[in-house]
Amino acid sequence: MEILDLGARALAEAVQSGALSATAVLEAYWAHIQATEPQVRAFLHLDVERARARALAIDQAPSHLRRTWPLAGVPVAVKDNIVTEGMPTTAGSRILEGWRSPYTATVVARLEAAGAVVLGKTNLDEFAMGSSTEYSAYHPTVNPWDPKRVPGGSSGGSAAAVAAGMAAVALGSDTGGSIRQPAAYCGVVGLKPTYGRVSRYGLIAFASSLDQIGPIARSVEDAALALGVLAGLDPKDATSVPEPVPDYVAAIDELPSAVRIGVPEEYFGEGIDPAVREVVSAALRRMEAQGATLVPIPMPHTAYAIAAYYLIAPAEASSNLARYDGIRFGFRAGAPDLVRLYEETRARGFGVEVKRRILLGTHVLSAGYYDAYYLQAQRVRTLIRGDFERAFQVVDVVATPTTPDLPFPLGSRSEDPLRMYLSDVFTVTANLAGLPAVSVPAGFVDGLPVGLQLIGPAFSEAELLRTARLVERVAPRMRWPWQQGREGAEAR
Amino acid sequence: MTAGPRYEVIIGLEVHVELKTRTKLFCGCENRFGAPPNTLTCPVCLGLPGVLPVLNREAVAMAARAGLALGCTVREHSRFDRKQYFYPDLPKGYQISQYDHPLCEHGQLRLYDGQGQYRKTVRIRRIHLEEDAGKLNHLGERLSDATGSLVDLNRAGVPLIEIVSEPDLRSGEEARWYLNALRATLAYLDVSDLRMEEGSMRCDANISLRPLDFTGSLADLPRVEVKNLNSVRNVERAIEYEVRRQAAQLSQGLGIERETRGFDDASGRTYSQRSKEEAHDYRYFPEPDLPPLVLTTEQITAWRDSLPSLPDAVREDLTAAGIDPRTVEVVVQDPAAVAYLWAAAQDYGRAEAVANWMLADLARLLNAHRRSYRDCPVPPAELANLLRLIDRGTLSGRMAKEVLEVMFVKGVTAEAAVAQLGVSQISDVDHLRPVVEAVIAEQPKVVADWRAGKEKAIGFLVGQVMKRTAGQANPELVNRLLREVLARQAHPLP
Ligand SMILES: [Zn+2]
Repeated sequence: MEILDLGARALAEAVQSGALSATAVLEAYWAHIQATEPQVRAFLHLDVERARARALAIDQAPSHLRRTWPLAGVPVAVKDNIVTEGMPTTAGSRILEGWRSPYTATVVARLEAAGAVVLGKTNLDEFAMGSSTEYSAYHPTVNPWDPKRVPGGSSGGSAAAVAAGMAAVALGSDTGGSIRQPAAYCGVVGLKPTYGRVSRYGLIAFASSLDQIGPIARSVEDAALALGVLAGLDPKDATSVPEPVPDYVAAIDELPSAVRIGVPEEYFGEGIDPAVREVVSAALRRMEAQGATLVPIPMPHTAYAIAAYYLIAPAEASSNLARYDGIRFGFRAGAPDLVRLYEETRARGFGVEVKRRILLGTHVLSAGYYDAYYLQAQRVRTLIRGDFERAFQVVDVVATPTTPDLPFPLGSRSEDPLRMYLSDVFTVTANLAGLPAVSVPAGFVDGLPVGLQLIGPAFSEAELLRTARLVERVAPRMRWPWQQGREGAEAR
Repeated sequence: MTAGPRYEVIIGLEVHVELKTRTKLFCGCENRFGAPPNTLTCPVCLGLPGVLPVLNREAVAMAARAGLALGCTVREHSRFDRKQYFYPDLPKGYQISQYDHPLCEHGQLRLYDGQGQYRKTVRIRRIHLEEDAGKLNHLGERLSDATGSLVDLNRAGVPLIEIVSEPDLRSGEEARWYLNALRATLAYLDVSDLRMEEGSMRCDANISLRPLDFTGSLADLPRVEVKNLNSVRNVERAIEYEVRRQAAQLSQGLGIERETRGFDDASGRTYSQRSKEEAHDYRYFPEPDLPPLVLTTEQITAWRDSLPSLPDAVREDLTAAGIDPRTVEVVVQDPAAVAYLWAAAQDYGRAEAVANWMLADLARLLNAHRRSYRDCPVPPAELANLLRLIDRGTLSGRMAKEVLEVMFVKGVTAEAAVAQLGVSQISDVDHLRPVVEAVIAEQPKVVADWRAGKEKAIGFLVGQVMKRTAGQANPELVNRLLREVLARQAHPLP
């Protein structure tokens, strides 16, 4: 049995039963990371000693306890905008270089309480602002399927780590597609839960009304397993919701028999790479053959989504990033007076994309512009929510391509922010409407993965994941990057 | 042509009051004054990356009750907003406040002058809930030559209410009445320490002069805001200075600039801090980390129904009890004094006498020992006992003052204090008569003077009796006995 080939659920079951020790799992992963990470560069920080101590503690725990841990011994990676006591947290920014949080995010505490072993912190676009992980202040991450291409972003490190077999599950955060887009580019499953489903306490805020933490995993089943651990009310997050948490793994046990899938033509039209469209359409046709009904639905306000998103998200970001002032923590530039201290600290601590969004957001909220920009964007948000509400009166889920294109070559878009922003075109609507959405691998084009996105009604994660399993079922199989050249092994 | 005022003074006040909740507004840190710097902090009130605010319901209840006591409507739907600016005492770079959906609106406050006369009603525009900032401690004598600044975030996140009046005030004196009335109302609710010198109550004054021929909207008048006034007296002084300054500007044909000014305590002057051009754009927007604040009608009604007696009602009760209006006006400011008065009056019977003693002697002792009616060492029942000792003639008024001081300082009963001082007044006729007779016998010349019409001579005789009784005789009684004995000697009984 190849440890690396086991999914999170299989690993956890093996550790729960004692068939595998957490230490053996960790060492297998560690050996693989040492061989793979120098090419992929998915991590900003790895802490094998901390992980070894955790694995040992799991192995030494009484077996009756270990059997109750749903992620017993599962190696996980955490996006570096989620704070962890005892490890650095940089958010991919120079301004937090060397900063160590004195507290741990709720999601990380929940993972560890469920028996997961945290390996380290993964790379991201600075403050999660970007779609390629090239805006990391530290280094880019490459796509495990093609090292000349980007892994997507901003959770590129997490998606690449899972796709490269360096973590069984990883945490990402999604403000406008930052889990789903890199999941699609890296051929893994990425779930953005309903807004309020998972605590944001300890997530370094980008745009508070849009941000949501979610799992990135090799399979829908593993994503469901992780979501069950992450979801639930957190008294430290006033926007988290007391909605009961179902057993997602049990809920996806059966495939849906007659799911009604809404297909909005706005998401299949102009600007989409025909090869991507073909892969997604083919997957939908195969689902139809399995009993699903495809229903064309209108999403008339989709065209305004990107504009609204790029007003609301920078507005909130400009406010959320005000605390990086060099006074209490992180990087501080030497300066002769207070104003210069602020200016120099922020000029040198933030990267170009972050500054661009702070400027944009500050402008959006300025006296005289607020109504025309921010309030107008909020109105669009309401209209987009209305599009979905109407759709969910006739369908169970909405299906779209996750991205309009294939993973692009490193460096090809970093000088063209508008083009970069457009790669979020299919994902931002779920954030604006606060709805759960998942990207599932649907197939490949020239060896590059293509993701299919499913969006469901609020708190319908169980149904959404069940439909996602159907996508998984009909998608063509392929070997994982680390299995390439190996006989007999295949992905999924 | 008469040189009367050609302007009307328009004043609105913004008063910040710290609520004395157990914990801060958005985290579990203790809300307390005077702890060592930065010891009452956590990741949330330090504004560390990743933290989120959680609203303190106790603060909401206090703010809503304050609003109801001030006659406001409490909104069932209100909202928090971010007010954004950079300053080292503001950890997140924004203050969580309420902008266009404040918790309370449309209140009013009745003003009384120092004579207890009703003068006017001032409208309250709004009351909103917000978090306080931290404090900067500058190293060095003055800010201008400070060698450094230390940030103390103990106060960051402490709940505040900001009470904004309509521009209904017309003078510094009215501002003083307003602040007294406001402070009294909040004191009855027991929601704040209300100490201006410790910063738990702070006042900004908006002052403009309206030319009598100006017919436009008040909002269009150039307004000067004087910030951070730290006593009622300074509010009055700052307003008076600012009115003179603006009037002088106008009379010289100069305009008034819209600006923010500070007040210098030593010189009594205001000085420019920030012009209109430098004014902040706070870029308010709804706080996305907090859901809208929704209150039920039942909750608001329950708060309204549980309000305590408020100053206006108490003022009526005290006046009805026969207390002088000026005394009422002093007592009514302090709910603990009112409670003390009622308790002592119930025991003793005459509210007015109790009030007089409280105002004169007890107030002096409380002041001198920095105590309040809340922790007064002389309980109301003991003040009543003391007053009864005077009535019975056991103590003279002057002795009673000494006795009260001992009661206060040593925390003993009236009787114990009398015993300790050995001052019990001799009011026993049988005990005094022989002394009186002896003095008369020894002073034939003085007696003769008195009989000859020298009324003053009796005073000398009283003095002699007092001397022989070591000052403990009841002087009124001695006076009466002397006249009795002398009269009997002049007209001996058959
Ligand atoms: Zn705190």
